[in-house]
Amino acid sequence: MSAAADLVVVGAGPAGMAAAIRAAELGLRTIVLDEQAEPGGQIYRAIERVAREHPQRLAILGEDYAAGIALVRAFRDAKIDYRPQASVWQVEPDQRVFASTPTGTECVQTRHLVIATGAMERPMPLPGWTLPGVMTAGGAQILLKSAGHVPAGRVVMIGTGPLLLLLAWQLMRANVPIAAILDTGKADAPARALRHAGSALRSAAYLRKGFELVRSIKAAAIPWLKDIADIELRGDARVREVVYRRNGATHNQAADLVLLHQGIVPNANLGWALRCEHEWNESQRCFLPRTDGWGSSSLPQVQFAGDCASIAGARAAEYAGALAALEVAHKLGRIDRTERDARARSARRQLASERRIRPLLEALYRPNDPHVVPADDAVIVCRCEGITAGEIRAVIKQGCPGPNQMKAFLRCGMGPCQGRMCGLTVTELIAQGRGMSPAEIGYFRIRPPIKPLLLGELAASDSPADAALPAGHGSQRAETAAASDAAVVTTPMPR
Amino acid sequence: MTLYRALDAEPREHLDMTIEGRRVLIPAGISVAAALLHAGIIPSRTAPAGGAPRAPYCMMGVCFECLVEIDGVPNRQGCMVSVAAGMRVRRQLGAPVCEP
Ligand code: FES
Repeated sequence: MSAAADLVVVGAGPAGMAAAIRAAELGLRTIVLDEQAEPGGQIYRAIERVAREHPQRLAILGEDYAAGIALVRAFRDAKIDYRPQASVWQVEPDQRVFASTPTGTECVQTRHLVIATGAMERPMPLPGWTLPGVMTAGGAQILLKSAGHVPAGRVVMIGTGPLLLLLAWQLMRANVPIAAILDTGKADAPARALRHAGSALRSAAYLRKGFELVRSIKAAAIPWLKDIADIELRGDARVREVVYRRNGATHNQAADLVLLHQGIVPNANLGWALRCEHEWNESQRCFLPRTDGWGSSSLPQVQFAGDCASIAGARAAEYAGALAALEVAHKLGRIDRTERDARARSARRQLASERRIRPLLEALYRPNDPHVVPADDAVIVCRCEGITAGEIRAVIKQGCPGPNQMKAFLRCGMGPCQGRMCGLTVTELIAQGRGMSPAEIGYFRIRPPIKPLLLGELAASDSPADAALPAGHGSQRAETAAASDAAVVTTPMPR
Repeated sequence: MTLYRALDAEPREHLDMTIEGRRVLIPAGISVAAALLHAGIIPSRTAPAGGAPRAPYCMMGVCFECLVEIDGVPNRQGCMVSVAAGMRVRRQLGAPVCEP
């Protein structure tokens, strides 16, 4: 199946929806490919259904979630070819986009691409974090939004960041008891964040909401504990307890569900697979694609918009999406520079205003060690292959220079998640081990397909199968193909 | 033991599906991974490398901890697939076996 477009947008969260709406207004033939079955991204997950059928759930989730309905309606009304359940796994240099759908792979030829793949939670490798019953805070929030499900047993929340507190507030509103919040933020973070207060003060609405959130969590008498050290999750076939040290004493907290959060980072594999240039951002403690004020990347036909370009939240993502679409229309000759700039003015002003709160938030909720880079050698870093921090450190000592060599040594980052769960930790482990900066170490080389595919689908799709598996592994390919149609192609071996 | 329960007072339709060969009633409109957590089918798999117990972790398609067999097809991401009447879901225990 094939189609042609001026613009393909990958992702139907706020950035992708706003980009597509603006592009359609400007007369661009626009296709939106999104993995989920419904528009909204993770932030407005299931918003249409919830607004239509579940008023109680809407009230629990709060007004920032409910605000998404306006954008989703505008998206539905616009002249956009929206394709849900389409998971992009490859973009060819000639701008053919391949997406896996329930009915097989679709191929779209486009002139331009906007990547709006949003964010994911920063992996938080702790002792025991692979136990069943340990999840991300975002995962619990997705269950609340999309399924109307809330934790049933004893819940312990661990980490730092606005999303953790927002979820605590939402669970409170749903009458879900929280056994404890173990706050991993540094004690001196508020003092450090103060120097950004000047710019943040101009975001009065955000500050007010933040204070309100903190006040109501405190008023609810949930144990909210700071200065936590040596966290360990223990259990057997499930998590049973959280062990931690505080004020010189060891505490054991019984738990059925542990929700982790250490901030969010770009969901970046598509940009990496396209070889877009990336830069290390120390304030956000992750790599970001190199972009200009329009979201233009190092590749002429590719823009980034929203949290996948730089973490700034849903509102900022909307404005960034609009700006990216204007630039695409300009590049395609639909509007001249003057018109582009004139139409961009209000979005640009509002984007700047949205971003004012970020330096404060980044300092206040800075993810810190050992919750990003584990001190304990026994902690699993690569969940897919079960590789520990100690194994990685040993290989660094033997002279392994970077993440790609690490793949060859340990298969680290080569499981089905393709490094999403370990990539940033591996970069930082190597950086620390070699006394260098993460910028110098770089990231895994991500190869297509960026989502595992059924081999039958790959064979049937008239797709770039040879690009998907590297030369010199023909035998491996034939073997897998012979084994089963349902076998999964994972990340190919490093060349 | 169920890890997630439905919100009180939310009207729900339920549908009939099979998990691990057992017929179960599951709220409609949720993902397979949500169904496993709700029905307490935990661990939902074991890691092919090492055999450790695992269960859904991210619920948004990035961690691949929710891999299950759905209607005979292995390695499906349970958090990305909605439940359907008559669906058959099996846990994947141990390394995947390729039948000829
Ligand atoms: S739970 Fe993470 S991919 Fe499904």
